[in-house]
Amino acid sequence: MIGYNDLAVAAILVVLNAVLTWMLDLGLSRAILIAGVRTVVQLLLVGLVLKTVFALASPILIAAVALAMFAMASYEIGSRQERRFAGAWGYGIGAGTTMLATLLVTAFALLGALRPVPWYAPQVLIPLLGIILGNVMNGVSVSLNALSAAIMRERPAIEARLALGTDRYTALKPLQRSALRSGMIPIINQMSAAGVITLPGMMTGQILAGMDPLEASKYQILLLFLIGGGAGMGALAAVYVATWRITDERDRLRLDRLAQR
Amino acid sequence: MLEGQALRRLHLGPVNFVLRAGECVSIAGKSGAGKSVLLRMIADLDPHEGDAMLDGAACSGMPAPEWRGMVTYVAAESGWWDEHVAAHFTQGADFAALFPAVGIPAEAAAWPVARLSTGERQRLALLRALSPQNRVLLLDEPTSGLDAENTGMVEVLLRGRLSAGTAILLVTHDPEQATRMASRHFEVRDGQLVENIP
Repeated sequence: MIGYNDLAVAAILVVLNAVLTWMLDLGLSRAILIAGVRTVVQLLLVGLVLKTVFALASPILIAAVALAMFAMASYEIGSRQERRFAGAWGYGIGAGTTMLATLLVTAFALLGALRPVPWYAPQVLIPLLGIILGNVMNGVSVSLNALSAAIMRERPAIEARLALGTDRYTALKPLQRSALRSGMIPIINQMSAAGVITLPGMMTGQILAGMDPLEASKYQILLLFLIGGGAGMGALAAVYVATWRITDERDRLRLDRLAQR
Repeated sequence: MLEGQALRRLHLGPVNFVLRAGECVSIAGKSGAGKSVLLRMIADLDPHEGDAMLDGAACSGMPAPEWRGMVTYVAAESGWWDEHVAAHFTQGADFAALFPAVGIPAEAAAWPVARLSTGERQRLALLRALSPQNRVLLLDEPTSGLDAENTGMVEVLLRGRLSAGTAILLVTHDPEQATRMASRHFEVRDGQLVENIP
């Protein structure tokens, strides 16, 4: 068991970091301290909430927590976009595709490999949903952002192709490809580096908590497959929906459907 | 051959016009008057009201890529979607026949686009738009950055297309070019397309 005084000792590192950047006038000390405080407040709060949810094991409460997680992820994706779609599409594309991919992959894991009883057992469902959601969110938001930035940058090239009689999906294909690549590289790196360059956080935690390393590895493999599959599915769906929305059925580029800045 | 029927977008229109096969019509007007808006509307590149007809076939009645293969818009600002020049032309294009006609060496096909000057880009963007399917060319200042010699070569190329029956809508700021190339002269003024009758 870790005590609060142990955490206080660890916090010295963060404070030291802040003092150093302040002395070197790097303008980061404030951000570091705020992030440190947020870590403490958010994680302790989440720990308290989860403790309650686990103890009550009420399906309605679990659903409410899951919904709140989806809402926050949707807001994050939307607010990370440099160029959002106008209206409900601005948050809708990211939210819809993230939810779709997360729910599919979570259901797949619950029914397939993990099979908790009951299936919505919060000790399994909530952490699982959290890690999948977080990674799908990253894949979706990075891909969406890369796609809209590339479309803005490559506008003359896209319009030149359309004007020469190319259909919208062919004209946007190279941009889709590079947007998906940007969204998928983190998870591909995570899978290739797992165990060799980094020991994934979850596995580290399990081993520190006393689990057999081989068992911890198996869980980690399962999780990496789940988040890899989820992030890929979410990013793919998001890129295709965004491509469809930023063009129209007359094969025009519709930048007017992005929100004005 | 090409007929515009009550085309309207933003502050422009309704615009009606008829363009005959092998005819070149010039369009002048202040910048911002809506010349590009008009050409883009005819190519169906922006949402608009009204319709355009090619030999009685409505633009709205066929897939847009098919329409744009026949009624082809060449923007003033050229766009490039590949690193190399050759990738922007149809496979099997005869660079040795095409490029020298506008004063560009055939070897330029192997060049990266980044190596091209503005004027070279402009001429190649026009060349790549020419295809056997073209019935109408919508040209947005195709020679604006070119010297007299290159402008002359482009005009010869365009005359060749005209005599083959292609119609051309030519947006140009140069009244002399309009006189050389076009048989009728229009101006976009106060949101309307008006014919300048000498």
